[in-house]
Amino acid sequence: MKLRTDSRKFRAMSRRELLKLTPVLALGAFAIPKLQGPLLKAGLGFSDWASKELFRSGHLAMTFADSELTPFNKFPINDYDVDDPEVDFDRWTLTVTGAVQKPGDYKLAQIQSLPRFRQNTRHVCVEGWDVIGRFGGARLSDFLQAIGADLSARFVYVECADDYYESLDMATALHPQTLLCYEMYDQPLTREHGAPLRLNIATKVGYKQAKYLTDLKVTSVLEKVGYWEDQGYSGFYGL
Amino acid sequence: MATRTIAIENVKTREVSAAVYEHPFLVRLCHWVNAVSLFVMVGSGLQIFRAFPSFGAKIPQKDLLDWPKSLAIGGWLGGALQWHLTFMWIYMGTGLLYLGYQLFSGNYKQVLFVRRDLPGVWPMVRHYFFFGPKPQTKEAYNPLQKHAYTSAIVLGVLSVLTGIAIWKPVQFSWLGWMMGGFHLARLWHFLIMWAMLAFVFGHLVMVVLHGWDNFVSMLTGWKKDPEYDSE
Repeated sequence: MKLRTDSRKFRAMSRRELLKLTPVLALGAFAIPKLQGPLLKAGLGFSDWASKELFRSGHLAMTFADSELTPFNKFPINDYDVDDPEVDFDRWTLTVTGAVQKPGDYKLAQIQSLPRFRQNTRHVCVEGWDVIGRFGGARLSDFLQAIGADLSARFVYVECADDYYESLDMATALHPQTLLCYEMYDQPLTREHGAPLRLNIATKVGYKQAKYLTDLKVTSVLEKVGYWEDQGYSGFYGL
Repeated sequence: MATRTIAIENVKTREVSAAVYEHPFLVRLCHWVNAVSLFVMVGSGLQIFRAFPSFGAKIPQKDLLDWPKSLAIGGWLGGALQWHLTFMWIYMGTGLLYLGYQLFSGNYKQVLFVRRDLPGVWPMVRHYFFFGPKPQTKEAYNPLQKHAYTSAIVLGVLSVLTGIAIWKPVQFSWLGWMMGGFHLARLWHFLIMWAMLAFVFGHLVMVVLHGWDNFVSMLTGWKKDPEYDSE
């Protein structure tokens, strides 16, 4: 049986149905300049929170056969100002501070005396390209044990000879595929790839893998997150 | 399928016309939220693409196309990622709400393209593109429409899955593996966007051709003077 109404009632009914859609207008807040920044920051923050939840400490990134490696000369060199900050290798040390039992200046030989791990892993750039590289070095987790780091601290923060800086959440810092990397393709790290020491993190995007490390701090409070992060990139960016 | 048909008597002329409640509230809500988020996802996605407009190697880099910045959202890669990573939650949220509602309400029968719709596709194509006679239908959507909407829903799901494969290639490595690797997942994500844009283009052309009453039905739910008999 058909329902019946008159045109006036039908118009009122249609209007009510239309008004029910007004919540859609809330999206217009993104078009208001004053609200846009905070809203996008909140969105990125939510995204980073979800990323943190999705991260699994025991889950390893895929590794590849030597035959699948991107040739060394086709491994891109990205830096934010100089290819070579002219680090004096003879005098270089990694200065360790923060929540650790043994702060101080660590020589490369001390880091190299820790068990060496080599991995063929994918390096993903935030720009969209990816390569498969061979990286070698000490596990950051072994180094953190060696310096007596407080593993309940939230972050590992690093500074670099080219004034770049980065931070890592502790869960990622302790991941077995997070290396203090001093080798690429079984050769000592070259200057343009961050000699003498860089980060290699198979579970993070490229910009987190800082080169030319000079300082390492274990801390629960970050004054700065990272060079790119402080300009608006994701702070966590786990792959 | 219970379609609500109503007879409307004009208060002045006493003429009686019909209207059908075609689009439930949640479908309309999801439609318009999705329209906004799809716009933002495509716009910011194209700005992200500009950072490496290629699907080959980084060295040497061969660019596929130079997409103009003025037709993208975010201004730079970091800004575009903020838009993309914010609206992807809205996009996925409305997608899940829509799919859940359609499934549990049974309303999916209105849009889901099934085998018995197959014979009706060609007559409809002939009508739209080759000036054939207009086939009669008893449903809100004709077979070709159902095909288009079902495809759009599938594309929506695929856009999310390929997106996750790019965003989390380690945690969801199985997704990337299913798509032939990270590298190809990025290409699928890009191609699915174009397929979606092709749908949107066709959809908008149809909206214009079918006039005001048809457009209003996606706002109020009620379609006046339906071209089909649902009783």
